[in-house]
Amino acid sequence: MEKEKIIKVESLDFFYGKFQALINVNLRVEKNQITALIGPSGCGKSTFLRCLNRMNDLIDGIRISGSIQIEGKEILDSQIDLVTLRKKVGMVFQRPNPFPLSVFENIAFGPRVHRLARGEELESIVRHSLESVLLWDELKDTLNKNALSLTLEQQQRLCIARLVAVKPEVLLMDEPCSTLDPMATLKIEELMRILKKDFTILIVTHNMQQAARVSDFTGFFLMGELIEFDATSSIFTAPGDKRTEEYITGRFG
Amino acid sequence: MRRKLFERFVERAIFLSGIAAVILVVLIFVFLLKESIAFFSQVNFFTTLFNKDWYPISEPPKFGFLPLILGSVFVTFGAIVIAVPFGVAAAIYISEVAPSRIKDILKTGIELLAAIPSIVLGFIGIVALAPLIKYVFRLPSGLTALAGSIMLAFMAMPTIVSIVEDALTSVPKSYKEGSLALGATHWQTIRRVILPAAFPGIVAAVMLGIGRVIGETMAVLMITGNAAILPHSLLQPVRTLTATIAAEMGEVIQGSLHYYSLFGIGFVLFVITFFINLMADMFLHRKRF
Ligand SMILES: Nc1ncnc2c1ncn2[C@@H]1O[C@H](COP(=O)(O)OP(=O)(O)OP(=O)(O)O)[C@@H](O)[C@H]1O
Ligand SMILES: [Mg+2]
Repeated sequence: MEKEKIIKVESLDFFYGKFQALINVNLRVEKNQITALIGPSGCGKSTFLRCLNRMNDLIDGIRISGSIQIEGKEILDSQIDLVTLRKKVGMVFQRPNPFPLSVFENIAFGPRVHRLARGEELESIVRHSLESVLLWDELKDTLNKNALSLTLEQQQRLCIARLVAVKPEVLLMDEPCSTLDPMATLKIEELMRILKKDFTILIVTHNMQQAARVSDFTGFFLMGELIEFDATSSIFTAPGDKRTEEYITGRFG
Repeated sequence: MRRKLFERFVERAIFLSGIAAVILVVLIFVFLLKESIAFFSQVNFFTTLFNKDWYPISEPPKFGFLPLILGSVFVTFGAIVIAVPFGVAAAIYISEVAPSRIKDILKTGIELLAAIPSIVLGFIGIVALAPLIKYVFRLPSGLTALAGSIMLAFMAMPTIVSIVEDALTSVPKSYKEGSLALGATHWQTIRRVILPAAFPGIVAAVMLGIGRVIGETMAVLMITGNAAILPHSLLQPVRTLTATIAAEMGEVIQGSLHYYSLFGIGFVLFVITFFINLMADMFLHRKRF
């Protein structure tokens, strides 16, 4: 049976000035699944991820062509509203980047900016968001504490909660565990499995085991090209391309 | 061996020049203190601070600092109220909005503003600003605290703009990205994330601006009307602490009580600016959470 595809990318080319960072990328992402993007450093994984919420727009001199549809809507259209897009497609960064505000204010930030709620309703959103990243019990008595005083793992959870608060459809995670220790990494992975019920997750990772453990689908990038995209189980047991096999068995990258 | 000796020599020299700055400040302080003790030992310190009459050459003389202190406070307050909003807005524009070419032009312009001698600003104040104030508010004279405030705002602006701009640009890019990625607009990001994160730097800029303004002499001497009376509004002529010293030092009889009273004023000024700078420093070096 054909599952619903929430993201459809067709013939995507991306240039930083004259340098082509993505070459004819085609891929379809299934709803409520975790899709891992792997590949050696500099192959364009982050660039690809940042196309999906148009964060690359912040960089001067970029050029992009092709098509990206999210829930049927063309997001490369210059007319689309970036505020709506980024509300729908949230991003978690490599380094946890909570705002230098209180825990509460960090989560309330999105709902305030999008005027989703205030007062008691806002408080309940904050609570629900913290609960969904399993942080409520730890932090419920210290909601006024500065977020930068939390541990890195808590900070990264908080950053995820901050997204959950605006009810996105898609979560983009760019190496979300690379600054965390192995225990914290496992906990975040556990969280991702829980979150997948409500969100579609794309994760960039350098950690082969992580991709194998957590994802349903895996895409392998090499020098700006998407070499292979398939169910994680097939990629890791029977890769169709020799280069994929070499990469996951650790022969380069 | 010779190299080692040289190294030690350089080390000493650097140490001495560092120490010299500290010693100099201490010496200035001691000197001011000594000269002003000659004054404060003959009058009551607190009644002097809060007495509202400054008639140093009447008989008997009255040495009330209050009109002078308030003169400085009025002019400084006015200048800061004008300079801070404009300065912060300019800094936001330069660090967040302006394309790089305009940014360079603006920064150079602001540096030039800082390089204008204060006497030239005072001169412009007399010929251009004072008549305007006189006309707009229908006053007998445009030489008022307001004129001083506006000119001093120009002087404080470069300090404020460059420090606030520094504070804004040193806010980590990741905060901005995080905010934009949540769908916040550029302006929401500035207001809700960047400004709060830069807040200690902004406070420090305001403090240093105050320090710059309160110590300024030439321009205020020329354009504030120089009347040592208790001010009630910015539209009155005032006399600041600095202007008093500058205006009277030349005519005073050396060694008289009047002479020492000017050192007393200097001492008060020194203490005020010292504390303002100290506070600015505390904010600037306070850990950014
Ligand atoms: N702002 C930029 N300007 C110019 N070139 C860039 C820019 N950002 C990335 N690149 C180049 O684009 C290519 C892809 O970069 P990207 O960051 O997407 O790689 P990546 O797969 O995420 O690498 P990593 O695993 O190291 O994070 C690299 O060759 C990089 O040098
Ligand atoms: Mg990357």
